Amino acid sequence: MKQITTPITDDVIRDLKVGDAVALSGMLVTGRDAVHKWMIETFIKKTREPQGDDLQVYEELKKLLNGSVIYHCGPVVSGLDTKEYKFVAAGPTTSIREEPYQADVMKHFNLKGVIGKGGMGAKTLKGCEETPAVYFHAIGGAASYIAQTVTKVHGVFKLDFGVPEAIWVIEVKEFPVVVTMDSHGGSQHAVIEASSKKILEDLLAR
Amino acid sequence: MRDLTNEILELIRRTSSSLPPDVEKRLRESFEKEQPGSSARGAFETILKNIEISRANSTPICQDTGTPIFYVHYPVGLSTIKLKGQIRSALAEATKRSYMRPNAVDAIYDKNTGNNLGGDDFPYVHFEEVEGDDLTIELMLKGGGCENVGRQYSLPDNSIGAGRDLAGVRKVVLDAVHKAQGQGCAPGILGVSIGGDRGSSYIKSKEVLFSEMGTRNADPKIAELEERLTSEANEMGIGPMGFGGATTILDTKIVGLSRLPASYFVSVSYMCWAYRRRKMTVKGEEVIYD
Repeated sequence: MKQITTPITDDVIRDLKVGDAVALSGMLVTGRDAVHKWMIETFIKKTREPQGDDLQVYEELKKLLNGSVIYHCGPVVSGLDTKEYKFVAAGPTTSIREEPYQADVMKHFNLKGVIGKGGMGAKTLKGCEETPAVYFHAIGGAASYIAQTVTKVHGVFKLDFGVPEAIWVIEVKEFPVVVTMDSHGGSQHAVIEASSKKILEDLLAR
Repeated sequence: MRDLTNEILELIRRTSSSLPPDVEKRLRESFEKEQPGSSARGAFETILKNIEISRANSTPICQDTGTPIFYVHYPVGLSTIKLKGQIRSALAEATKRSYMRPNAVDAIYDKNTGNNLGGDDFPYVHFEEVEGDDLTIELMLKGGGCENVGRQYSLPDNSIGAGRDLAGVRKVVLDAVHKAQGQGCAPGILGVSIGGDRGSSYIKSKEVLFSEMGTRNADPKIAELEERLTSEANEMGIGPMGFGGATTILDTKIVGLSRLPASYFVSVSYMCWAYRRRKMTVKGEEVIYD
C-alpha cells in the first residue's frame, strides 16, 4: 500500500495507476452536492452573486484545496452543541452526482484528487488527465471504520447547508482508498461498465 | 398505553449500528469467493472490519442513515397517533446521540431540519392492525445511494425486448443491475415487485426487503426466478463497489401484486450491502429485540 500525504505533488499523482491501494494522510476538505453547485455558480461560472461569508470562505478554500483532495462525504458529527466536533461515521457518498461540476472544480482549485465512491464519468476523467488528479475510491458504507482515520476536525464552513452538506476541514491518518481513475486516462469504472455490458447483452439474448 | 420512546430509541441504535446476522454471514461467505490480493477482496475486508467496529462502538455502519422506514403491526385498540409521536421523539433523540444523521431536507427550500423529522412523511411509518396482543415494530434504514439506483419499468419495454411476462421481468431486472454498476454500494439485495400501480409497486419492492436473506417466494416458479436472477446478475462481474468481482448481488426477493389490465410495472429497489433492518416485539411488559 502506498503512503501519500497531502499536499500532493503532480509527480506523485502521475505515478499513480488504476488499482493502486493508497493510505492517505493529511488535511482534506469534505464537499458534496450543495458545495459543488455553490462553487460553480458563485466562483467559477459566476452566475450567482457572492452572499454572506461566501468570499471569505472562498479565500480559505483556495489555500486549503491547492494540492489537496476533496472528499465526497456527508458525515455524522458529534459535538454540534459544544463545537468540539468529532467524526462518528464518515464513509463516501456516490460521486457521479458531481459529474457536471467536478472537472471544473478540480482545475479551478488545483485539486490533486477526489475521494468518493461509485466512480465518475468521461468529463471528470479528462479533468484528471489535464489537472492532473486522480479518483480515490473509498469503501462505501465503511463509515465507522473511516471515521477512525479522521484524527482531527479543524473546523467547518457553510454549516447552514446542513451537517451532511457542510464543508468540514479534517485531518486524516492512513485513510484507505483505491485509485480507480488515474491521470493517464485509465478508469476501472469504464472497464467494468463495458465488460458487464457485453455479458448483459449475452444474457438478454438467452 | 405505555410510553415506548426509549425502547424505540434502542431499536434505532441497533438498526443503525448492528448489521443483522444473516446479512453478515452472507457477506463473509462472499468475501471467501474473491481472489486474494484483489480490490474486491480488499473491499470485503474493509466492510467486515467496519461491521465489527460499528457494533462495538454503537456508531452508524454507514453515515447515510437513510430513510427510516417503520412498519408497525399493532393490536386492536392501540393508538397509532401516540405510537407515531413516540417514534418521532425516539428518532429525534437518536439523531442527537449520533446514532442517526440529520437526513430530512426540505426539497423546496433546501433546508435540513437538523432532527430527522420532516413533515408527516419523514420518517415513513406504515401501520397495520393485527389480531392478538403483540406489538411489533420493524425498522429499515435505506440509504440514498442505493435508493437512487432503484428503477421502475413499464412493460413492454422495447429498448431491451422485455415483454409482459416473467421472461420480460428477468430482462429488466438484469438491466437495472447493470445500470446500477457499483453505485448502489454493491453487493446489493434486490427487492422486485411485479404489478401494482407506480406507487404501490415501489412500496412493495421495499416491503419485501424486510424478509430474511434466502427467504424464497412460496411460488416455486417465482422462487426459481429469484435464484436465477441472483446468479445471472453475478455473472456480470460488477463486483463489490463496482471494482469487478464474483459477488454483485447477495439475494433477490420478488413479490407479485394485482395490476390493471393496461399496466405491467416492474419496480426494482436496490438495497446496499449495509442492509440495516431490525425488529422489536412488545409482549405485555416484555420487549424483545431480534
